[in-house]
Amino acid sequence: MSVALSFHQVALAAALMLVNALLSWRLQLGLGREIVVAGARMTVQLLLVGLILGWVFALRHPLTVVGIGLVMTLLAAQAAVGRARRRYARIYLDSFLSVFGSSFVLTGLTLAGILQVHPWFEPQYAVPILGMVLGNTLTGVSLSLDRFTSDVVARRSEIEGLLALGATRWEAAHAEIASAVQTGMIPTLNSMAVLGIVSLPGMMTGQILAGAPPDTAVRYQIVIMFVLAASSALGSLTVTLLAFRALFDARDRLRAERLRGVKG
Amino acid sequence: MSVRLLTASGLRRTLGERVLWQDFALNVEAGERAALIGPSGSGKTLLLRALAGLDPLEAGEVYFQGRAQHEWPMPNYRARVMYLPQRPPPGEGRVLGELRRPFALRIHRDKAFEVSQAAALLAALGRDAAFLGLDVARLSGGEAQLLALVRALLLNPAVLLLDEATSALDPDATLLAERLVCAWSEAEPGRALVWVSHDAAQRGRVATREVGLQTVEMTP
Repeated sequence: MSVALSFHQVALAAALMLVNALLSWRLQLGLGREIVVAGARMTVQLLLVGLILGWVFALRHPLTVVGIGLVMTLLAAQAAVGRARRRYARIYLDSFLSVFGSSFVLTGLTLAGILQVHPWFEPQYAVPILGMVLGNTLTGVSLSLDRFTSDVVARRSEIEGLLALGATRWEAAHAEIASAVQTGMIPTLNSMAVLGIVSLPGMMTGQILAGAPPDTAVRYQIVIMFVLAASSALGSLTVTLLAFRALFDARDRLRAERLRGVKG
Repeated sequence: MSVRLLTASGLRRTLGERVLWQDFALNVEAGERAALIGPSGSGKTLLLRALAGLDPLEAGEVYFQGRAQHEWPMPNYRARVMYLPQRPPPGEGRVLGELRRPFALRIHRDKAFEVSQAAALLAALGRDAAFLGLDVARLSGGEAQLLALVRALLLNPAVLLLDEATSALDPDATLLAERLVCAWSEAEPGRALVWVSHDAAQRGRVATREVGLQTVEMTP
């Protein structure tokens, strides 16, 4: 087990923020307020999560686990849309369906099929794994969504040129669909390439800190990486196909007017 | 004895509050070359796009060969009623590859791409076979229009919807393109053109009929 931390020790770490505050003050960066707010916000968020998790872990009921999973999924789906500079009416629903579909399926498969946890909803496993899967899927979904909606506008004349020559909507948008799905998968593929060399993955580090033997931690990490890759691929593909369905109609027309630009 | 090829009735198009055209009717018969005229901003391009089924119809219906547009599978329809935009997208690779590209689409799979046919069409436009090897990214606006025209003709449509299709060409090339398109429309029965052009002399050389696009009076 890891060393227990008292609140004094946490407060000591918080004092490190003084370094930032001091720098900001000396160099007149004007960041003092932001540093305090960010630090306080992070602390409150994590303390709250700790409380909620403690409660979920104590209850050990499938409904609370699924419930907190759904809340996390909603937040992730909303964040995934946040990056898209162009949006259409059902974009939040499509984002939720892709994040939910891929994350819940992959987390379920991992818990029941690979790790074979009993019961399957054991919160000690289910919550952190779902959290990691959601985080990765969110990145993939958000990149794919942004890429596809931007490409459809930027490459409108190419797409409509193909449609005018008799292409189906699938043929006309195929290049944009492929590049959106690729874009969504790049972060996961990149991080897999450097894992353990440049970056030490958080989960593995955490398990080692908690006293797990390194080889167990490594095996967990490998499993998780494959799950994350699968989930972000599935999420990217799903959201791209849903956006494709939203922006091309059954009469093989590009409905770019359904996209609204977002300021910022 | 005339054959109704492409007809439209009751078409309407609005842009925001502004009505561009309303209760617009068109009847293009086989063998006809209709010139669509109207001031800038009157929605000539939008009309061609509506005829090509690239924009939804607000009102009215378009019929091709007696069958309503919405009853056609759109790839089949657009392979027969082909729209050429004023500024064709550049595409990628070489001219030959761009000419061949639509033949990979499902709707054109049963057609064979013949290099000799492409070369013959280019020759009629005053370009030699070296044109096939050019990088499309380096084509001028006029050359891109020639490429788009040849590509459309190779796909053998029934109706060509030409949106200022020669606007970037020099006068000699323009005349050659007009001659080619006129010859194409007469080479087989059942072909027709709808041509948008601001050039009255060109309309005089090409069109068999003019269609005005001024059905709505603008109130100042």
